[in-house]
Amino acid sequence: MARVGVLRFPGTNCDRDVFEAIGHAGAEAIWLWHADLFDAKAFDALVLPGGFSYGDYLRSGALAARAVAMKSVREAADRGTPILGICNGFQILCESGLLPGALTRNAGLRFRDQWVELEKVGSQSPFGARLSSGARLRVPIAHADGRYMVNDETLKALQDGQQIWLRYTENPNGSRHAIAGVTNRKGNVAGLMPHPERAFHAWMGGEDGRKILDLWD
Amino acid sequence: MAIYKFGVRVMPRPEVLDTQGRAVEETLKREGRKVQAVRVGRFVELEVQAGDEAQATQEAQTIAESLLCNSLIETFAIEKRG
Repeated sequence: MARVGVLRFPGTNCDRDVFEAIGHAGAEAIWLWHADLFDAKAFDALVLPGGFSYGDYLRSGALAARAVAMKSVREAADRGTPILGICNGFQILCESGLLPGALTRNAGLRFRDQWVELEKVGSQSPFGARLSSGARLRVPIAHADGRYMVNDETLKALQDGQQIWLRYTENPNGSRHAIAGVTNRKGNVAGLMPHPERAFHAWMGGEDGRKILDLWD
Repeated sequence: MAIYKFGVRVMPRPEVLDTQGRAVEETLKREGRKVQAVRVGRFVELEVQAGDEAQATQEAQTIAESLLCNSLIETFAIEKRG
């Protein structure tokens, strides 16, 4: 059975949901602690769940990005291990430089907690790889700092490298090009603001989140 | 080793929408204040231990670049204090 590491930082709060979702997706979830290094070779994938690590102090994800465990995450990224950052996890991956861009305060200044529709754009990520480009998904968002920012030069590189992974069909936060998720150049590291783990069963209001975490069934 | 004090001023880049600044600006305008523009940044005080001032300044620069400021969305300026 695939072994998937789930990282916990002080203030992570979607960890249990992600842990359960990975189990339902047919893999074994294993807790990883921010203050400890881990063996990057021992995991088939890593997930950085959402939350408010370090109370969002300084900038969302900025302090968690400097945690000890991130050294092992970086090693796993170099090895090509699939790594997914969800919401605050996406912010952490951006702050650590493993993903391009930055997540800033929503343009409307409000915390947005709602269902959104996503469209798959790029085709590089191992997460949601079975979705054809143009496929639509319905998943929830819950964030105040979700406005994805990149400069013109990086945006062009993202477009050329097929690194724009997911877009909102209706932009809820002012993100550039309505970007909801991106990947690194190699494609193995991906991040998105919406919460696939909150759309895993019909009773949650939808099951489309399974299509993102579908590596192991 | 001595202690050197610095102030690091971190501001949102001009091309990045400064949502905090906008919120403050709108409130001030609502109060009838004659304000043209508001931008909100962050001020960080550092006490750096170093052998001399040049070393301390270098360290403050590294700290600002590596953590205090995200150069994609912010700029910073360092001033020597006391």
